Amino acid sequence: MSMIQGLDNNSLADNAEGNQYLTFLLAGEEYGVDILRVQEIKGWDNVTMIPNTPDYIKGVINLRGTIVPIVDLRARFSLETIPYGITTVVIVLRVNSDNGSRIMGIVVDAVSEVYNISEDALKQAPDFGQAISTDFVMGLGTIDEKMIIVLDIDHLLNSSVLKALADQESK
Amino acid sequence: MSIDISQFLDTFYEESFEGLDTMETELLGLNVGEADAESINTIFRAAHSIKGGSGTFGLMNVADFTHVLETLLDEMRDGRRDVTQPAVDLMLASVDVLREMLTALRNSEEVDSVRVSEVHDQLDALLKGEAASAEDDIVEGAVGDEEENAAVNSTAGWNIGFKPLSHLFKTGNDPVRIIKELSELGSLKASVDLSAMPEFDLLDPEECCLAWQIELGGDATEEQVRDVFAWVDEDCELVIEAIVSGAAEELEEVVDIEPEVIPTPDAVAEESVVNTEPTTASAPVSVAAEKAEVKPSSVPTKKPASPAAKKGSAAELGSIRVGIDKVDALINMVGELVITQSMLNQLGEDFTMDRVQKLQEGLSELERHTRELQENVMQIRMLPISFSFNRFPRLVHDLSSKLNKKIELKMSGENTELDKTVMEKIGDPLVHLVRNSLDHGIESPENRLAKGKPEIGILHLNAYHQGGNIVIEINDDGAGLNTDRIREKAIEKGLIGENESLSDEKIHELIFAPGFSTANVVSDVSGRGVGMDVVKRNIRDLGGVVEVKSKKDVGSTFTIRLPLTLAILDGQLVRLGDETYIIPLVSIIESLQIKAESVSTIAGGAELYRLREEYLPIIRLHEIFEITPVNRELVNGLLVVVEGDGQQAGIFVDDLLGQQQVVIKSLETNYKKVEGLSGATILGDGTVALILDVAGLVNLSRERVKALKKQAAVA
Repeated sequence: MSMIQGLDNNSLADNAEGNQYLTFLLAGEEYGVDILRVQEIKGWDNVTMIPNTPDYIKGVINLRGTIVPIVDLRARFSLETIPYGITTVVIVLRVNSDNGSRIMGIVVDAVSEVYNISEDALKQAPDFGQAISTDFVMGLGTIDEKMIIVLDIDHLLNSSVLKALADQESK
Repeated sequence: MSIDISQFLDTFYEESFEGLDTMETELLGLNVGEADAESINTIFRAAHSIKGGSGTFGLMNVADFTHVLETLLDEMRDGRRDVTQPAVDLMLASVDVLREMLTALRNSEEVDSVRVSEVHDQLDALLKGEAASAEDDIVEGAVGDEEENAAVNSTAGWNIGFKPLSHLFKTGNDPVRIIKELSELGSLKASVDLSAMPEFDLLDPEECCLAWQIELGGDATEEQVRDVFAWVDEDCELVIEAIVSGAAEELEEVVDIEPEVIPTPDAVAEESVVNTEPTTASAPVSVAAEKAEVKPSSVPTKKPASPAAKKGSAAELGSIRVGIDKVDALINMVGELVITQSMLNQLGEDFTMDRVQKLQEGLSELERHTRELQENVMQIRMLPISFSFNRFPRLVHDLSSKLNKKIELKMSGENTELDKTVMEKIGDPLVHLVRNSLDHGIESPENRLAKGKPEIGILHLNAYHQGGNIVIEINDDGAGLNTDRIREKAIEKGLIGENESLSDEKIHELIFAPGFSTANVVSDVSGRGVGMDVVKRNIRDLGGVVEVKSKKDVGSTFTIRLPLTLAILDGQLVRLGDETYIIPLVSIIESLQIKAESVSTIAGGAELYRLREEYLPIIRLHEIFEITPVNRELVNGLLVVVEGDGQQAGIFVDDLLGQQQVVIKSLETNYKKVEGLSGATILGDGTVALILDVAGLVNLSRERVKALKKQAAVA
């Protein structure tokens, strides 16, 4: 296990070109996630709703026998929700948390590109009180004069679960 | 090359705990005075492995401790020490200490060094005391143990034939190191036998093809020589012959233990070929070709398969040892499944309507294979309940001496199998019930004699399958439950009214109420009154029930009924709005159409349904789950009467769909626990359906009604 991770880090992450990021579109902005965390990308399909959960948890799907929760990223970032269209996709990600890794899916407007961004090129995000807390942003990258918001998915998705948990308790 | 040995640490712990269990079982089975040499050997071997392993991993305190224990066992093994009760008790205590030490180390906690050194000192004292007296016994005054042994054997040395089996290197052993160690015992002459060496191009550097003939001079004992080979004795052919110097003719011993697993895969390969052949013959040609490809590849892999499989299972957290026969059955089944699949594939390629018959046959075969495969996979998780029962001899042994009672433990049905998870969770409740029976159930010998019963009380543990359940019975021939005292106590605690008349059975059930204990004195063993309700709750969490039957002065029987597995359940599919939910069939009492006149509403919004003179609260699932139903009018839907948490309720749903077996998937793996749901499953069309947790729902709806009342009060 540790060997495989080590291999990932050495061969892919630390090369001169930097990390690869899969980017996707959400309300006109381009966001990036570490490509090594992406399990697969699939089209939007109906989900099974889970009762008494926050509205950004769309429900669960069957991913080859595993029950995977789906988070609507627009709803998570309190952006205006739009009806799902033909470009709407679910990006299935591996999220690391204190007690092992989980598989979760995020609903985004469309997938975009795969970019190489070196670690040095990632700039710290300024805190402007925007909808997305800077806690969830690993950094800002620039590709062809375009800004890419690189997300810290571990923090983002774990805190989604935690928040849901807290919501339920306060109920 | 550096090896990260920490990855083997888990295996070491697991094997050590198994070793400790073995030691405990054997120690309890020892006959004081005339101990069985084989048992002592087994205990010794277990201790030796733990010592060796802990030394390797640098756990020196464990190694030191085990060393003393081992010395003691060694003396017993050689017959230089009698097996006495105090010694056995001390060894049992040592096993406990070792277990504590290893547990602490595994969890990286502090080892209780006071307790360790205490027992360590006791062991030392025992060793010293006996050693002194042993020396007195020997008139000639032999100086030390080793020399004494050597003197008896009086050999000039040893001829050792050492032929490692080819997989020796894979066990982590190195013949060179063994020979080096031998050389420390005396003068050494070794010659190597190259006859098994293959041609250079066929040589596999990972296999050992060498054998040695070793002549060891000096006065080492056979024991010492054997010790050198202790790690490899199952992985080599070892012949040790004494070079006789005098009159005594020495024994010749051939150790030829081949690992037993090796022959089985051959048998499997043959068997599966035989079994599948007829099917292959009827199947189209391409399948036969595929089959032919598979056959040769399976032959060379069979030998390494057994060590590899062993490693794989140990590396995972919480592993299961699976009988090779179960694995064989699975391989067989998968083979047949593959054949059926390729047959269907072939059929699908150029399908015409006249072959529809064949298609149907293929599909039903597929269904049969899938079902068998599923059953067999479930079998893998099944373990005999003896894993759980095995701890009781020790418990009874310890408690009976503590309580000054004479108790005989009988066990039957130990081979009854149940799911590993269920087994892990049933352990504590079982211990509790057994403790209770020993403490409160069985009377003291004097009391028993006075009642005209045999002095020795009998505790009987029994397990068997009944329907889809496993039934575990704990039966004692003790005093039985004291109905009057339970009644008194229940009235005192306000559980029942003073003038309430209850049947004996109802009274007996009261012992499962929270905070109930009738023991006059709270003893070390039981009687704090936190027990039985926890037992009942734990069993209920597993989807089981516990019952008690008791008769004064005849005894009591606790009967636990549990589902065989937590992985599959029989479910009733219900529809609510667009969603499909599953209600476990076990909790459903009946389903009915709602009659408007039977519904009544009490203030605060709670609705009740009158069913045969009982009032059931109606749970509107759509309100609790906040979804849109097809009907809001009760009369248009159906009511599923369920029982959960000891209470009946009616769940209002839109429609009943079918019943089917569903495989339970956890929501927690990737998400979290959701109240009112016990998990999810995947339906035939690939969509996810949620499984309702009836007890949780009853609670949810209770809270909801309370909250509504509060709101109403505020308004």
